[in-house]
Amino acid sequence: MISFNQLTVRYGSTLALDGITGLVNGGEWLGIIGPNGAGKTTLLGAISRLLRYDGAITINGQPASALGRRQLARLIAYVPQRPLLPPDMTVSEYVLLGRTAHIGYLRAETASDLRVCASVIERLDLGVMSGRMLRAMSGGELQRVVLARALAQEAPVLLLDEPTSALDLGRRMDALELIDEVRREQSLTVLSAIHDLTLAGQFADRLLLLSGGQVAATGQPAEVLTDAVLADHFGPGVQVLRTDTGDLAVIARRGSRGFPRP
Amino acid sequence: MLLVAVVTGVAVGPAGLSPAQVIDAIGAGLPWHPHTGLSALDVKIVWEIRLPRVVLGILVGSMLAGGGAAYQGVFRNPLADPYLLGVAAGAGLGATIVVVSGGNPALTPPAAFAGAVCAVALTYLLGAHAGRGTESPGMSGGTSSILLAGIAVAAILTAIQTYLQQQHTQTLAYVYAWILGGLSAATWSDVWLILPYLLVAALVLLAHRRLLDVLRVGESEATSLGVNVARLRLTVVIAATLGVAAAVAVSGLIGFVGIIVPHAVRLIAGPSYRVLLPVSMVGGAAFLVLADVVARTAQAPDEVPIGVITAMIGAPFFLFVLRSRRARQDLT
Repeated sequence: MISFNQLTVRYGSTLALDGITGLVNGGEWLGIIGPNGAGKTTLLGAISRLLRYDGAITINGQPASALGRRQLARLIAYVPQRPLLPPDMTVSEYVLLGRTAHIGYLRAETASDLRVCASVIERLDLGVMSGRMLRAMSGGELQRVVLARALAQEAPVLLLDEPTSALDLGRRMDALELIDEVRREQSLTVLSAIHDLTLAGQFADRLLLLSGGQVAATGQPAEVLTDAVLADHFGPGVQVLRTDTGDLAVIARRGSRGFPRP
Repeated sequence: MLLVAVVTGVAVGPAGLSPAQVIDAIGAGLPWHPHTGLSALDVKIVWEIRLPRVVLGILVGSMLAGGGAAYQGVFRNPLADPYLLGVAAGAGLGATIVVVSGGNPALTPPAAFAGAVCAVALTYLLGAHAGRGTESPGMSGGTSSILLAGIAVAAILTAIQTYLQQQHTQTLAYVYAWILGGLSAATWSDVWLILPYLLVAALVLLAHRRLLDVLRVGESEATSLGVNVARLRLTVVIAATLGVAAAVAVSGLIGFVGIIVPHAVRLIAGPSYRVLLPVSMVGGAAFLVLADVVARTAQAPDEVPIGVITAMIGAPFFLFVLRSRRARQDLT
């Protein structure tokens, strides 16, 4: 379980998060949505303590500020929006980086670490390419490799910043399905910043709508993804449709410019 | 390669000893040695002149290359070399102060060592202070600040050194020769003097090579993976600085070893610091010993400054590395 209370983050004089409060239950998928500059990435950065913040964050009851780097990395695995992928690193070397917090400070990886990596690589169907250099992989494959590194951390919480932004529509669906499967298998808590509102509604248990560094709405996807709520933050051209299967689809109509952007 | 370099380094010299005589001379210096027909002078040439020179070349070369690889890893900058944070300027100023003040020449190595260590400490303090406020928890954040502080500190110290040299032109040749670097005055006492620093530095750097690999994904991601980047950087910089400062104190400022050897190893053995760091140390040792052989034979009986040899090999090689890297990027 993760909770944040009166969380405030500043970039110089710019207020990126303005005293927000929230709770993510264990095993839940919280989708963080909002327009550009709303504070989605900042929220993930603060929870993983990559940014300085005011307020309180607790992870499984422990204050995040009291945790050492290694302890935190055993609790939270963070996948940034644009991970830095060393082109000359192999898939297995890259996934092994996920074990950093489990390997003693000046020690080498153990057989157990290698077993975990092998298992994750197999689970994500990367086995045949485990010796391949990252520079020789496609966007969809790299997405799985990055997810594999995060899963190798064996952390109960997974933070994903726009995990599918570089993928085509089919690959996006594949990637999110995979994340959802693994989440259910391993009872992971997932927080993901996600631009695509339709996908956010399909996969997240709950949505947190940020706007201007504040919580604009929170609740079940059907409660947040409404014309009225979205119009206030994404513009009047945004419309929510319901498909035959009951899914929500968010579209933007043409000719709706003029909405004041933050 | 190191073995070839060592054999060549010990076997080649103006005394005209054959390889068999050199082996006999080495044996003659050991306890309970068999009797050889060599003169005491021949044994002394090998034991007191050639061997310390080769051993010092191994130590200095391995430290410069290992320090360079470690700096490149910790600053994630392929152009980093062991003199990046002001080691060269600080050592040069320390040595110059001793020379121009007419101090005992035996004080030159400790003064160079102290100058190098103080310069890096000043760089780190200034860089960390300038970068304060930009960093994130657990991260140093001040990479660029530290590198820029290194440039500023080196510029200031070099300016002071130049001023002192200009005010004492009678010592210019001596200071200049020291700056060019060399192993011609190597003694066993130099070896014993720097050995503890180099051993500790090498062990610390090698112990952190796995974490340098983690840093290849960037500071932010390394932090999220559980690395205390600030502590890692400080530890590596302290170890590399102590080792390189000790090496520079007895050999002067030998350039290019610390930058070209790690790059050459990268081309051959790949970029992982697990391999790169130890292989660079071995490669640096071999390279410097062989460069020293060229330095003392190319213009015999005079010696060419070893810094000239390493730079003359190093600069074209560096261009080759840049070219091949570009070619590889074009392919991918």
